[in-house]
Amino acid sequence: MPDGPLFLERQSYRQRRLMDAVRLLPVLGLLLWMVPLAWPLAQSGGEGAQDPVPMSVALKYLFGVWGALVLTSWLLWRRTATVAAPADPADPHASD
Amino acid sequence: MVALNQLVLVCLAYVVFLFGVAFLAERAALRGRGGALLRSPIVYTLSLSIYCTAWTFYGAVGYAARSGLEYLTIYLGPSLVMIGWWWGLRRLVRIGRSQRVTSIADLISSRYGKSNVLAIAVTLMAVIGVTPYIALQLQSVVLSLSIFAAPEMGADQSESGFSAAKAAFWVAAGLAVFTVLFGTRNLNVNERHHGVVIAVAVEAVVKLVALLAVGIFVVWGLAGGMGQTLARIDAAEIGAWDVQGSRWVALTMLSAAAFLCLPRMFQVMVVENDDERHLQIASWAFPAYLMLMSLFVVPIAVVGLDVLPAGSNPDLFVLSLPLSQNQNGLAMLSFLGGFSSATSMVIVATLALSTMVSNHIVMPVWLAVRQGGATQSGDVRSVVIRARRLSILFIISLGFFYYRASGGSGALAAIGTISFGGVAQFLPALMGGIFWRGATRLGALCGLGTGFALWFFTMLLPSFGVDAALSKEVFEQGLMGLSWLRPHALFGIEGLDPTVHAVVWSLALNTLVFLFVSIFTFPDPIERLQGAQFVNVLEHGAPTRGWTASVAGSEDLMIMSQRILGASEAQAFFRAEAKAQGLAGHLPEPTPTFVQGLERELAASVGAATAHAMVSQIVGGTSVSVQDLLAVADESAQMLEYSSQLELKSRELSETAAQLRAANEKLTQLSLQKDAFLSQISHELRTPMTSIRSFSEILRDAGAMEEADKTRYASIIHSETIRLTRLLDDLLDLSVLENGQVSLHLGQEPLYSVLDRALTTSLAGAERAMQVEITPGAENVVLNTDLDRLVQVFINLISNAQKYCHADIPKLIITPQITERGLSIDFVDNGEGIATDEHAVIFEKFYRVTGAQGEGAGLGLAICQEIMARLGGQIAYLKGRSGAAFRVSLPNAALDDSPRAKATAAS
Repeated sequence: MPDGPLFLERQSYRQRRLMDAVRLLPVLGLLLWMVPLAWPLAQSGGEGAQDPVPMSVALKYLFGVWGALVLTSWLLWRRTATVAAPADPADPHASD
Repeated sequence: MVALNQLVLVCLAYVVFLFGVAFLAERAALRGRGGALLRSPIVYTLSLSIYCTAWTFYGAVGYAARSGLEYLTIYLGPSLVMIGWWWGLRRLVRIGRSQRVTSIADLISSRYGKSNVLAIAVTLMAVIGVTPYIALQLQSVVLSLSIFAAPEMGADQSESGFSAAKAAFWVAAGLAVFTVLFGTRNLNVNERHHGVVIAVAVEAVVKLVALLAVGIFVVWGLAGGMGQTLARIDAAEIGAWDVQGSRWVALTMLSAAAFLCLPRMFQVMVVENDDERHLQIASWAFPAYLMLMSLFVVPIAVVGLDVLPAGSNPDLFVLSLPLSQNQNGLAMLSFLGGFSSATSMVIVATLALSTMVSNHIVMPVWLAVRQGGATQSGDVRSVVIRARRLSILFIISLGFFYYRASGGSGALAAIGTISFGGVAQFLPALMGGIFWRGATRLGALCGLGTGFALWFFTMLLPSFGVDAALSKEVFEQGLMGLSWLRPHALFGIEGLDPTVHAVVWSLALNTLVFLFVSIFTFPDPIERLQGAQFVNVLEHGAPTRGWTASVAGSEDLMIMSQRILGASEAQAFFRAEAKAQGLAGHLPEPTPTFVQGLERELAASVGAATAHAMVSQIVGGTSVSVQDLLAVADESAQMLEYSSQLELKSRELSETAAQLRAANEKLTQLSLQKDAFLSQISHELRTPMTSIRSFSEILRDAGAMEEADKTRYASIIHSETIRLTRLLDDLLDLSVLENGQVSLHLGQEPLYSVLDRALTTSLAGAERAMQVEITPGAENVVLNTDLDRLVQVFINLISNAQKYCHADIPKLIITPQITERGLSIDFVDNGEGIATDEHAVIFEKFYRVTGAQGEGAGLGLAICQEIMARLGGQIAYLKGRSGAAFRVSLPNAALDDSPRAKATAAS
């Protein structure tokens, strides 16, 4: 970045890393929610086939991830609300 | 049991309550109160919940009862999109706000050069894709009503009077009225529909509360707590993870895509967005809402499967479970939840679609039909609003007829997925448009067309069942017997789940065609400008697109915008702009910035393409087009050519003027010469006349006179007469030559013989002997010209030399030479020559060299010059020789080249 300073103050540095977290959160969510792809299916029975994952475990896992994502997202919002979406100065209608 | 009438009454009361809430919200907004609530992020988040339709409310439980946890994919996709707001939604919302976008069709058309074709295509696709969805909502309301009606129908069918068709009709009519009332109050779609939004938010709360209440009742009231519920779930039919990986991925992606592309989601998420910060709040609040909505779905499904008799419709477990337990209040609440889900979806979807239909189909047609276009008088606002209302009625009735035609069959989830698949086809054009500047209109059109056709063939048509829309042969043999065109096994790839198959093929080919065509086509200038603005929207770049507005009259613009924005709004806008420009009056200068701002303002009411068309009608011409540039280039080329022509002409003119001046000078000189000539000639005539007269008087008057004197006087008279005659002869000769009346007598003779004749004549009887030398060389040349005239010239030159050469031993050297142009003969004597200042005038008439004595009127050289001109040659004085030197030149034409002549010359 030739325009800005090379090193930032601790505060700004922290803010930037938090924005990185905001960007990465959906990727993490996608990865976690695609974990069930690796679970064995109920029909693929046969010798040596693993027992299918019980519904309650699946429910807990998926909703757990969901809750964690919501919580993380909420925490990140509390820390980055002022940085991420500044009032749009280009739009004259923003203030009315 | 709840009586149907009671239910209808409660339902009506609820509707009245909603109308009231909407009305109050509109009034509060009008008075500028309640802004904090109306514009709060909570309301924004809740309005997003129209994603959860009756399909969620009833269908999710049915879906879970049939296919286990697969139903979750429909909510995981949107959650991911919301959590990843930073990537896509932020950009989309910013574009929507900065470009004053009114719908997804408007956004896509605006991005690709304000193309109306694209807007119409997207609108039609959206109507086709969403109509089944609207039908689905009607169906769910009717189904839920029928549950309440069912027990009575058994008792007394005629009295209950329940008819599915009638119920669907009244629901549709009610929804239409609500949408027309609160959806078309203001024209500017960017201004929030406060009534609608508040009503939707209230309904969002009602449906969440209803579903949570049913869930809590089921888990803690029926199943006996969390632990037992989980145990019951594991023991149930659907108690194990059983979702195909491909479906899990495909449906998650599909729902994420549909979440972005559904017209109603676009409406609440982008168009009605008031503040970008709300988006960030919704990024965690909306996933939380979705999570709560889907939390109790599996318990309700499992318990429903357990408790209710086999064969009950799992789509209605949410209603039938409380009913079976005689929880009438809960059932009523649940019904209201489902009703809310259905109505809010229909209202917003209809609003979004009607905006698209009226802006992109009705208005352009209306503008085209009305020849006067945007400049015609009359309030366009009423036309737009009427068009929008008619569109609302049209779309709802379309949904109603679809419901009637399909007979209300099919599981709710299947119809929803099909609808998702249809609108998801917008995704490549949408995402490509906001992230990739290389995306072109043709690419978007081709991609959309391909994807939509594939969706139609592999998803929509097969959904009607075998032998309904597509025959059995088509399913088994492929379209037109082509085996690679089977709707469930395109290109011979079999074994895929039909949904996965359709989604993958349609979206993949859609994207591929979009990218391919975009890469190999070239966007026009407006497209490129819009593309740059859309892709770089986050960089706060100043808009670069400009109207050449110098010709646009502010008044015309004012008149037009009054009819669209309304008189007071338009005046306020113009006054504010004038103030911003620092002007005192009402009308701002039509600067490009102002016209552009105005266009955006209008676009918020009637869509970008229509606004652009209207403004361009007044401003006259789009901002930049290749044709314009070419025309400009053409014009300047023409002007350059013209100016160079002018330059040429003016140069010619000045040349002509110079020539005229020269001619004038010459004429003046000639006139002077003529005067001089006249005075000369009268002088020349007078001198001999005077002596003739005086001597003749002496002869007459003197009586006695010596014979010798008599003879002397008579001879003087005689010689003067001769002199006069010669002068007159010369003059006559000259005038004949000058008038060109002379006729040439051509003859052939060698040069030496001509010179011989001249020498013989001129030297005969000379007082002084002059030495004449002819330089040998070309004297054998045979001449073919008027020989007598030439001899005359030679005689003149020789006798001049004889007269004026005052050397002791006068000598004349004659040098004939063959040159390129012909023959030249130099006559050079050894005298003093002629003074330099006299060179120019010696050929003038009557000019005689200063100090010349003897006879001669000074006409000899003038006559020579005339003769030579007649013969095609010339005579000139040669400067810089020791004596007087004349050169006589004859052209090649005067030489006889014929062999006969040569032979003659040789012999």
